[in-house]
Amino acid sequence: MAEILVLAEHSGETVKKVTCELLTLARRFGEPAVAWAGPGAEAARDRLAEFGAARVYVAAGPEFDDYVVAPKAELLASLVAAASPAAVLVASTPEGKEVAARLAVRTGSGMITDAVGIGEGLVAELSIFGGAIVVHSRVTSGTPIICVRPNAITPEAAPGAAEIVPAGTEISDAAKGARVTERVVQEGGERPELAEASIVVSGGRGMGNAENFAMIEKLADTLGAAVGASRAATDAGWYPHQFQVGQTGKTVSPQLYIAIGISGAIQHRAGMQTSKTIMVVNKDAEAPIFELADFGVVGDLFSVVPQLIDGIQQRSAG
Amino acid sequence: MNIVVCVKQVPDTGSERTLRPADSTVDREGTDALINVLDEYAIEEGLRLAEAHGGEVTILSMGPARASESIRKALSMGADKAVHIVDDGLAGSDAPATSEAIAAALGRIEFDLVILGSESTDARMGVLAAMLAERLGLPQMSLASEVEVDGQVIRIHRQADYGYDKVEASLPAVVSVVEKINEPRYPSFKGIMAAKKKPVETLSLADLGIDPARVGLAASGTEVVSFAKRPPRQGGTIIKDDGDGGEKAAEFLAAQKFI
Repeated sequence: MAEILVLAEHSGETVKKVTCELLTLARRFGEPAVAWAGPGAEAARDRLAEFGAARVYVAAGPEFDDYVVAPKAELLASLVAAASPAAVLVASTPEGKEVAARLAVRTGSGMITDAVGIGEGLVAELSIFGGAIVVHSRVTSGTPIICVRPNAITPEAAPGAAEIVPAGTEISDAAKGARVTERVVQEGGERPELAEASIVVSGGRGMGNAENFAMIEKLADTLGAAVGASRAATDAGWYPHQFQVGQTGKTVSPQLYIAIGISGAIQHRAGMQTSKTIMVVNKDAEAPIFELADFGVVGDLFSVVPQLIDGIQQRSAG
Repeated sequence: MNIVVCVKQVPDTGSERTLRPADSTVDREGTDALINVLDEYAIEEGLRLAEAHGGEVTILSMGPARASESIRKALSMGADKAVHIVDDGLAGSDAPATSEAIAAALGRIEFDLVILGSESTDARMGVLAAMLAERLGLPQMSLASEVEVDGQVIRIHRQADYGYDKVEASLPAVVSVVEKINEPRYPSFKGIMAAKKKPVETLSLADLGIDPARVGLAASGTEVVSFAKRPPRQGGTIIKDDGDGGEKAAEFLAAQKFI
């Protein structure tokens, strides 16, 4: 059975959830193998085995953290050449897509980004134009490279051997052009990462000012969620720009998306429309965001949200 | 310091966008066409760097004849000249083919920096900067929220989930910028008038020495199997808050097993 190569997303020893999702997906199409770039593979091995990895190709060098993207693409290219996988799966994050991009050029392969599912024949499902059109697409040349959005599928455990295989790749000087000199971790670090979070709570223009975002954060923390913001809110300086969800910000596809005081312009919808369940609180019953809502409350967010937080806390405590 | 800014003309995100049933490519007929919004930030950054360090800003765009409107707009913001890759054989090109054509055009231009928007609002792949860096063998300085050039060294803040990375490279380099980086200027009346006289060179596939079999829809490494309008969400419950809206919302979350 041909391999399906999965590029692991990890922070040192901790495997990110999206990697477990990709392994679950990979099992449907072949034998899942992991490409692990950087240190930490030994410690992560149990987790990778739990989700069915047959092999873990490990290149433990520091280059993967020290230089932007290119070393990871080089590692994948060497694994593609050596193991001829039936497909390569990468998390559809900004960096994941860049790794896939370089791999596509190197291997002369077609690539697909932002897949929310993969079906028979490696046909990927994705949404385009702000979620308005659903497209089924497949790669027709080279080794199919498919970038899959975090939270696209539910990870399911199934044991694998997770045999560690050293991948003795020598990273070329050409891949060492852009050197990381410092990693700056900003506020919000305690919460789950926006792209990975199962639940995202976002605030928009209706929040009125920066102080009121404390309420969004409280609701998020009650649910173990990440915090997002609409462009109106980040442009107004109410919340840091890196948390912007939308066409010019981040794209998220969580299990639950809660939009508070957000009208739902295309700019915002493009970043969240593929969320599984959408809850909306907005005082304007005509706001287009209600078209997306599985559950919507037309009302004043300043009374609805505190009551919602109380309701969640009561249920969680019980 | 000579700078090339890559610009793409895209369908207006405010209009109803769709694909053409015949070949599943973007339907550009029924929509207004604009400069990709993130490219305006790339143009602004290029202009600011050229103003600070001297040198020229060249706009590079690949697209049908109509893309010349967007090229003029970029020139009216203050860029000096433009190169337009236009050839019917390029229609339907995928990202790797697009990057091949743009890389070939860049091979004919002397530059210290290539700047792009981090993604286009139509395809939203966010891959072109990485592909160009790969093809040209240049440092990939992508997803920049801050750019600083000091002699032959470029430093950026590269946006990441956890914050940002400080990244350093030697020129020449390929940069992509995120929206946070600046506030793009509006073209002045003087700029609009001046743009009409600025030189725009057009390049065909033959000029670039690219075999037409390598680009265009027929050479695409992906194919659309099917597409359809997303069906509207069904069964959504919308309630009016009568003092218990928050409680009802909590009930919904409990029923859906989120709490």
